[in-house]
Amino acid sequence: MMPSDSLTTYLIVGVFLLFVGLFGMIRHRSLIGMLISVELILAGAGLNFMAFNRFTAPDPAVGQAFTLFIMGIAAAEAAIVISLVIAVHRRFHSADPQAIDELRG
Amino acid sequence: MSVFHYLAEAVFFGFIVLVFFGGLLTVLARFLMHAVLGLAVAFVGLAGLFFHLGSPFMAMMQILIYVGAVCVMLVFGIMVGQAPTRTEQLGRRGNNQFLAVSTCSLGFVLVTATLVRTRWIAVSERIGDFSLQHLGESFLHQFVLAFELISVVLLVAIIGALIIARKPQETLES
Repeated sequence: MMPSDSLTTYLIVGVFLLFVGLFGMIRHRSLIGMLISVELILAGAGLNFMAFNRFTAPDPAVGQAFTLFIMGIAAAEAAIVISLVIAVHRRFHSADPQAIDELRG
Repeated sequence: MSVFHYLAEAVFFGFIVLVFFGGLLTVLARFLMHAVLGLAVAFVGLAGLFFHLGSPFMAMMQILIYVGAVCVMLVFGIMVGQAPTRTEQLGRRGNNQFLAVSTCSLGFVLVTATLVRTRWIAVSERIGDFSLQHLGESFLHQFVLAFELISVVLLVAIIGALIIARKPQETLES
């Protein structure tokens, strides 16, 4: 069986995107960098849905619909976070998460 | 097995290399702009994988929404927010960096080992096909509630983003 016809290949790529995104959330030192890493994780989730849709789902429309939903949620989330970053930058003059500690007790 | 099959496999691995390279560039880049570039590369690779999964429509949507909209919005956010363009101001968390690399690598190896050992049950018979027509019909029959909810969520998110990002103005005095 060719690798492009096996579910495991796609799942490994999805797992790679998940853990690379997690590492990026730890490593990046700005809010936008963390948002980029979350986008990677969501893309990995979408790839998993598409792969399971292709190989194990009886109805091929289900996985595509869910991947479209994930894309919509990711776009909305990116819009909200970008506006939050702009508001935070206006308020604190910084996008470093460690500089925004006004609520810390 | 004709030569075209091997050519298709080569293209498939090219897309996988794009995803891996883009993902690593995204998290390891020193400048945020390079990270967004890596994200775009990874998304183009993912669009190729969607194509291999039998759905050209999803590949097109991936490029339209992610590469076309989300990446442009990220660049906009970086330029407007004037975020620190260098991603690493390390030094105080050198040990944490090593800890993060080892933890994520361990998780990747463990999950990969689990899913390689798992016997996935292949689909026996299908209802419907991969066509766009079937997808649209199921959007309007099966998923109509979720579809409408996503539209409302997008609308609320965009209005909320506008309100949050708006310049604070003086309250109107009556």
